[in-house]
Amino acid sequence: MSTTTATHHDDHGDHGHPTGIMRWVASTNHKDIGTLYLWFSFFMFLFAGAMALGIRAELFQPGLQFLEPEQFNRLTTLHGLIMIFGAIMPAFVGFANWMVPMMIGAPDMAFPRLNNMSFWLLIPAALLLIGSIFVPGGAIAGGWTMYPPLSIQQGMAMDMTIFAIHILGISSIVGSINIITTILNLRAPGMGLMKMPLFIWTWLITAFLLIASMPILAGAITMMLTDRHFGTSFFDAAGGGDPVLFQHVFWFFGHPEVYIMILPAFGIVSTIIPAFARKPLFGYASMVYATSAIALLSFVVWAHHMFTTGMPVAGQLFFMYSTMLISIPTGVKVFNWIATMWRGSMTFETPMLFSIAFVFLFTLGGFSGLVLAILPVDIQLQDTYYVVAHFHYVLFSGAAMSIMAGVYYWLPKWTGHMYDETLGKWHFWLTTIAFNITFFPMHFTGLAGMPRRVPDYALQFAEFNMISSLGAFALGISQLLFLYVVIKCIRGGEKAAANPWEGAEGLEWTVPSPAPFHTFETPPTVK
Amino acid sequence: MSQNTKNYYLPGASFWPLIASIALFLMAAGFSMSLNDMAIGTSILIAGGVVFAYLLFGWFADVVKESVSGFYNKQVDASFRWSMGWFIFSEVMFFASFFGALFYIRNVSLDWIEAGKVWPDFVAVWPTAGPAATEALVGMGPWGLPAINTVILLISGATLTYAHWGLMKDNRKQTIIGLLLTIALGVIFLYLQVHEYAEAAFTMAGSGIYGSTFYLLTGFHGLHVTMGTIMLAVILFRIMKGHFDSHNHFGFEAVAWYWHFVDVVWLLLFIFVYWL
Repeated sequence: MSTTTATHHDDHGDHGHPTGIMRWVASTNHKDIGTLYLWFSFFMFLFAGAMALGIRAELFQPGLQFLEPEQFNRLTTLHGLIMIFGAIMPAFVGFANWMVPMMIGAPDMAFPRLNNMSFWLLIPAALLLIGSIFVPGGAIAGGWTMYPPLSIQQGMAMDMTIFAIHILGISSIVGSINIITTILNLRAPGMGLMKMPLFIWTWLITAFLLIASMPILAGAITMMLTDRHFGTSFFDAAGGGDPVLFQHVFWFFGHPEVYIMILPAFGIVSTIIPAFARKPLFGYASMVYATSAIALLSFVVWAHHMFTTGMPVAGQLFFMYSTMLISIPTGVKVFNWIATMWRGSMTFETPMLFSIAFVFLFTLGGFSGLVLAILPVDIQLQDTYYVVAHFHYVLFSGAAMSIMAGVYYWLPKWTGHMYDETLGKWHFWLTTIAFNITFFPMHFTGLAGMPRRVPDYALQFAEFNMISSLGAFALGISQLLFLYVVIKCIRGGEKAAANPWEGAEGLEWTVPSPAPFHTFETPPTVK
Repeated sequence: MSQNTKNYYLPGASFWPLIASIALFLMAAGFSMSLNDMAIGTSILIAGGVVFAYLLFGWFADVVKESVSGFYNKQVDASFRWSMGWFIFSEVMFFASFFGALFYIRNVSLDWIEAGKVWPDFVAVWPTAGPAATEALVGMGPWGLPAINTVILLISGATLTYAHWGLMKDNRKQTIIGLLLTIALGVIFLYLQVHEYAEAAFTMAGSGIYGSTFYLLTGFHGLHVTMGTIMLAVILFRIMKGHFDSHNHFGFEAVAWYWHFVDVVWLLLFIFVYWL
């Protein structure tokens, strides 16, 4: 299997790259690999979304209707794991693949083969996670955070999940090293660090967070594996260990992970809002510093996830105040987005609609986060639906809706066609309305004390849960419209100009739509 | 096929990534099965390991071929440097998770177990096999084999630098002698480490938190020394084939960085696991 033949090394341009299935399997092209990432993440999004509909079907009415409690817990666990590791993260890596080389004026990623490996490692991980549903004992049911001692007691599915996460970790680390190296080493001449598009900055910092935090998760699940099978006592008090130790190590990874899923979203929104407000981004430098500050703070706030699991008061206070500090750089960002729109000549195409909804709804999620940061309040709200509402406001209306915004914004560049604007707007309104119907009532049920991860609930929560479930099904079905709009755009539509957006800036809009197979064979000069 | 444009090096289509994913799938699935007493698991695990070895040989052979053919320009060299640095940083964080566990247990958990009085007789001392253990645990002191191993690794860092100086002067003999010494010291270290494990009064299973932290920390370090020794042997082989000269030898430097990183981890192990 000689993949390199010296005779062809001076080939230029487009001829000689493989076609058919080999184009995808053996790809070394950042655009093809980006496409693979995006499709993979979309199918995982539908898959894990279907699991969420199972959850909502069960919660439509009090009592047990469709699912055994154990099955219900499996659904919440896998929904979380697959959405995070299978849908949100790969989607952002897909954006990085497509856009980083184009935005910095590079021909491809620094390591095209490793890039393809990062993608193809997702497949065995997905097979292990999904396969774990079918092994004796069924999929893991202890929640996506995998706390011991429950996770020590689970069956074979836990081992498969551990290895799936190890493989995902390798994929993330290799992918991040690739992205960081590309950004630091392959920028076009003249593009200094403070001239980089903000999306590039956010991904640079995200990649750093991934390289710093994924090995910590690997350590945590390795300790779990040896506790399960090799007689160690890391999480067993009888042997001198501590189950809370797992929570510390896990959340030391877990909180940076939260920002891994939102910083690229900031980057996308910071690209789109100036384009449709027809004004440069307000406060570029402060955006860069705010992003860096959020990233650094993310390493000193982890224990706010575990206020109720045992910690000295001094520790609780430290983590409460450090968590609140994060609202300052985040506030800078929200202020800058609004100031960018201030007195701009705005138009409201689908990407802009999603971005404005992002600013509004993500900020709501940020506020409920601030509420949860307050120690005495958190002790009341820990593990209630208020928490579920909070993280869906930052992860769905934050991360997922920024992904949708980005897809609509760059689809013309990717496919060479304009998407159907009317259908796009339908998708936006259906998604936004259904999302709020689903998750806004959870603030109320949570405040009233409804616990998460339980398939049954007290009668007084029935109305709000019914509303949530109806919203969830509308939200799920609306995403099929998204699929339809994307496929329609790929198959045809109005021809897109090199820059279809009046106010869009950046190197990616200087090349034809669709972008050529290799974008910049000679580096452009950036002034 | 690789497309080498005027300004950039771009490798052509490659099947290695797919083979990597197959290898890891087989290893993960096989290991899961064998851990859960399914007889076929071990065979699948071994098959995955074979595919993985084939992958390493094949992919690195491609990279070496491209390097020797002069495809890699200055920019590729800089990319390699950045990426190796970040890779070592990720390894630092991996070890950080185990060191963090050790510090947390020693400074926080054990006191809590004592204060909790679930085991009224338990006293938080280090080393400990935990409150449920029936006999006292004798830990591994620093001034026997561990001290010797520290000296061995420190000398190996010096011999590696000696080899590097030889490479800088295009003095191949000096490079080979330096590398041979380094590899020999690495092997002696590993031998002594295995000896230490065999002589230890405690095992990984059933020696509580002391055994857990001791074996995972030193075990992962030992794995890294093993990897580093193999990598050094590959570099020695490439030096003998004449792949490197005084200007072009990042492969050597990458392995040297890795070796020094493993060295530093050992010093931390010596202080925090054996000594304090």
